[in-house]
Amino acid sequence: MLRLPRLRFLEPDSARSAARMAADGGPTTMLVAGGTDIYPNLKRRQFGTDTLVGLTQLRELHEVRGDASSGFEIGACVTLSAASRHPELDAGYAEAAGLVSSPPLRNAGTIGGNLCVDTRCNYYNQTQEWRQAAGYCLKKDGDICLVAPSSPRCWAVTSSDTAPMAIALGATVVLAGTDAERELPVSALYRDDGIDYLAKQPWEVVTALRLPPVDGVRTAYVKLRRRGSIDFPIASCAVAMRLDGDLVESARVVLGAVASHPVEAQAADELLTGARLNDEVVVAAAEAAAKPARPLDNADLDYFWRKKMVRVVVEEALRKAAAR
Amino acid sequence: MRDDLKVVGQPLPKPDAAAKVIGAAVYADDIVIPRMLHCRLLRSPHPHARILSVDASAARRIPGVKGVLTGQDLPIRFGILPVSQDERALESEKVRYVGDPVAAVAAVDVEPAAAALAAIKVEYEVLDPVLSIEDALRDPRDERIHASRSLPANVHRLQSYEFGDLVAGWARAAHTREDVFFFQGNTHLPMEQHSAVAQWVDGRLTVWSSTQVVHYVHRALAKVLELPMSQIRVIGAAHGGGFGGKTDPFAHEIVVAKLAMVTGRPVKCTLTREEVFYAHRGRHPVLMWVKTGVDEKGRITAMHFRSALDGGAYGSYGAASVFYTGTLQTVTYDIPAYKFEGCRVFTNKPPCGPKRGHGTPQPRFALELHLEKLAEQVGMEPVEFKRRNFVKPFTRAVNWLRVTSCGLEECSEKVLAASGYMTRGRRPGHGQGFAISAYMSGAGTAIYWNDMPHSEVQLKVDRTGVTAFCGAMDIGQGSDAVIAQIVAEELGISAFDVRLVTADTDSTPIDLGSYSSRVTFMAGNAALEAARKMRALLDQAVEGRPDVPFLEACELAETRWGALSTAGSYTPPRIGGPFKGSGVGPSPAYSYSAAVVDVDADPRTGIVRVNKVWIAHDIGRAINPLLVIGQVEGSVYMALGEALMEEQTFRKQLGLHKWPSMLEYKSPTFLDTPEIETFLVETVDPEGPYGAKEAGQGPLLPVIPALNLAVHDALGVWIDETPVTPEKVLKALKDGRVGPKAFPVVPWPDPILVEPPARDDLRVGAELEAAFAGSDA
Repeated sequence: MLRLPRLRFLEPDSARSAARMAADGGPTTMLVAGGTDIYPNLKRRQFGTDTLVGLTQLRELHEVRGDASSGFEIGACVTLSAASRHPELDAGYAEAAGLVSSPPLRNAGTIGGNLCVDTRCNYYNQTQEWRQAAGYCLKKDGDICLVAPSSPRCWAVTSSDTAPMAIALGATVVLAGTDAERELPVSALYRDDGIDYLAKQPWEVVTALRLPPVDGVRTAYVKLRRRGSIDFPIASCAVAMRLDGDLVESARVVLGAVASHPVEAQAADELLTGARLNDEVVVAAAEAAAKPARPLDNADLDYFWRKKMVRVVVEEALRKAAAR
Repeated sequence: MRDDLKVVGQPLPKPDAAAKVIGAAVYADDIVIPRMLHCRLLRSPHPHARILSVDASAARRIPGVKGVLTGQDLPIRFGILPVSQDERALESEKVRYVGDPVAAVAAVDVEPAAAALAAIKVEYEVLDPVLSIEDALRDPRDERIHASRSLPANVHRLQSYEFGDLVAGWARAAHTREDVFFFQGNTHLPMEQHSAVAQWVDGRLTVWSSTQVVHYVHRALAKVLELPMSQIRVIGAAHGGGFGGKTDPFAHEIVVAKLAMVTGRPVKCTLTREEVFYAHRGRHPVLMWVKTGVDEKGRITAMHFRSALDGGAYGSYGAASVFYTGTLQTVTYDIPAYKFEGCRVFTNKPPCGPKRGHGTPQPRFALELHLEKLAEQVGMEPVEFKRRNFVKPFTRAVNWLRVTSCGLEECSEKVLAASGYMTRGRRPGHGQGFAISAYMSGAGTAIYWNDMPHSEVQLKVDRTGVTAFCGAMDIGQGSDAVIAQIVAEELGISAFDVRLVTADTDSTPIDLGSYSSRVTFMAGNAALEAARKMRALLDQAVEGRPDVPFLEACELAETRWGALSTAGSYTPPRIGGPFKGSGVGPSPAYSYSAAVVDVDADPRTGIVRVNKVWIAHDIGRAINPLLVIGQVEGSVYMALGEALMEEQTFRKQLGLHKWPSMLEYKSPTFLDTPEIETFLVETVDPEGPYGAKEAGQGPLLPVIPALNLAVHDALGVWIDETPVTPEKVLKALKDGRVGPKAFPVVPWPDPILVEPPARDDLRVGAELEAAFAGSDA
């Protein structure tokens, strides 16, 4: 069995004090909730971490507040299982939460953790010994990208299932800093960089996800992966649309697992908005959405195939949302 | 045959079920002994390199480190086969794959052990790696992987045989066809990682291991450590699955023993999941070429089969694996003239070996697809074509393999009827595939040459009841249940009243281990003999009185003679023909299977969804039908993994396993496993215990080709390799076929020409030996 490194584990009594502890600890300190992402990565020595600041003891982070008409605020430490089973949360969001990994990991993993889940790459998510044998990469200990050796940047892939849906819904996150809170659209939480993929200060604590009222919004999340369970997405699509009959009043299409960040398919949104939703429009929107997707050879299955599948996933998501 | 059976045939729970379910079973990694040290192995980061120096001095100085070993401490070579003694527990001259062990440490905890590994300095001279079959057949750019070999390039083994009159066979053929296939390598993926614990007390060594074969670990320890076998005890711990992956002796087993001897403290080594991928011994990647001729009536007239196996870095079971890619073709289809050429090469990858079906899933895959293509070519219905060529029960094949009970027809009938294969409707993307197979109920010859029994069982009876002692290791397949049910049947008691002591070289007699699907047949026959002897003694003790309770009978017997013991053993008869190499393939009985796989294949995405699998298995007789069905379902599950997703693949030039983890090495989950409908066909074999044959491996075989045939049925494309991934389906829709283009040029030796037996010559053992002596063969 791989062992965790020796760690100091801190249990703050508030989100702000967690942020302060993380800020004081500097780059070798990380925030942890369910740990389903961080612990295996630590066992493989993917981070040079010596201190963890735990969050799950913070009771207020476990609450779901609000209702369908005014919107929900979901505490960051609400588990993915709980979110997926919540009777009133948006169907697409619950669907995305319920498609993360496997039942035991959803019981431990949190909705805040899934928003912050580390980017993935087949050259990076490996043990220390493997990475040594392969030659270290940009993201950890090395100076080149092993997937695209001529590239100056890291191409690790966003693998959050809930982030695309949160963006499509226009959700925001609440961040606790050392002295104050701020609210940020989820769409602004990510950066197009495999290493520095979160656009927040490393010590800022995601305390809640705010979902706007969902009246009349139809949503769906479609995830492509090799197996029926466990696997991270290799292409995914979240759709949130408002329909009047078959007339699209508004639409947001967001792709997952095709870049280092969730990709907002604005070309598809524009194409859909004001259009009548028929097969032709669905196909055209999917094509527009798929265009910017650039999968690389660093995840499961052939990347040419994954590129082709983006269109399929978008079509399926649009049809599924329309049928809700 | 017998229909008065009371315990045999009952679907009883396994004797170890409760212990495993409640967590009471003690696996090797659960063992904790006071003062125990933790061992870790330093493995090569290079696929091919000379070791220039190993400096472990800094590692020895790390606090908590109690022992450090390098190659110089364990220089004696070992290997599972006498012809392939080519491994060292720790290499001192060169490394041959990423993961080859070069040093080991034992420390008071895992952390100082890991720190010590990091402190060991190994200087390598990196050599050009050999990473494919084609590459291994060429002269190496730097040097050969194993230098001192007589065969060219990196060739490990070459075999060539001709059985019967090929010239006449081709001449009679109205149609011939040639095809090339590739079967990708894959690994066993047992839930339990390999683990071993060693203790050295007063000149005696005890090793607990997750092995499938305590006897072979015993032999390897004695050889490498230069200790008499009488001073070594090997105990099989509760087992978390092997599938062939734990049948070799391994470096970590030898290393913990040596470290225990050096430090005087118990030592444990449990491999990480990544290390299990490097220990491997899994399915060989195999390139195959096959040519078959048929006459106007669709009867096979001749077949020529070639295989090239990518063996990885060491011999392991490879010398046998080559034979297995060629021998069993003749016990499913009646082939009057057969030529086989087999080749195994060394490459700088983890060594391949036996995985469920050992060497036979690859040719089974090739043969079933090839014959379907041939049927289409000659315009015959494929199932009808195959059935026309089925072997018949109680016949001898052209390569001398003896077929006794054979339920091929019954198995086919069951799955064809249940699936509606012959009358299946047509809808886009939907298809069904049908395939058959045969497998051995244990190899007819031992791994190392000897005339001793392959399995032995002792029974002890005293006033407390009966205990059965057997060297067989229950690896989850249920061998303990088989022994208990057979003993209980003969003694007229409940299976739960039979106590079992198994897989312990001090207290149990030899069994050659849980591989080759041999335990039910061989240990079962040994148990039957021991139990019948015990029954006779107990009958004598009760002096013919009926209805004496069992414990009372035991008391009477003990009063009269003291504690009783009886022994039974099983030695398979000589079956193989009069030629060198005839030892691989013969088995006292073959199991038979047939399967239909039903799929939907999406032409847009290439994704194949398996809806259902119907499988029928000729088990001879089910000693415990629940366990047989479990074995069949497990085989189907494993086969679908191999057919659809599993592949042991490597980074180019780095020779590094692409994803040695259970997350990225894809194997099916519950949700990917379809409904499986199992039919047991009981042909009651004349030599199996109560007529029983094997169940652990055979049912895997037909499922893989049946899947590819179902995809062909659904989309009209040929995917002549494994696994069937979505991108291959799309490529096949574009090109019509995905698969290897050609078979490489191999320096085949002149074939050994073998005169075939008479079709009805079923002689075995001394009679057969006498016949050979008489014919001067």
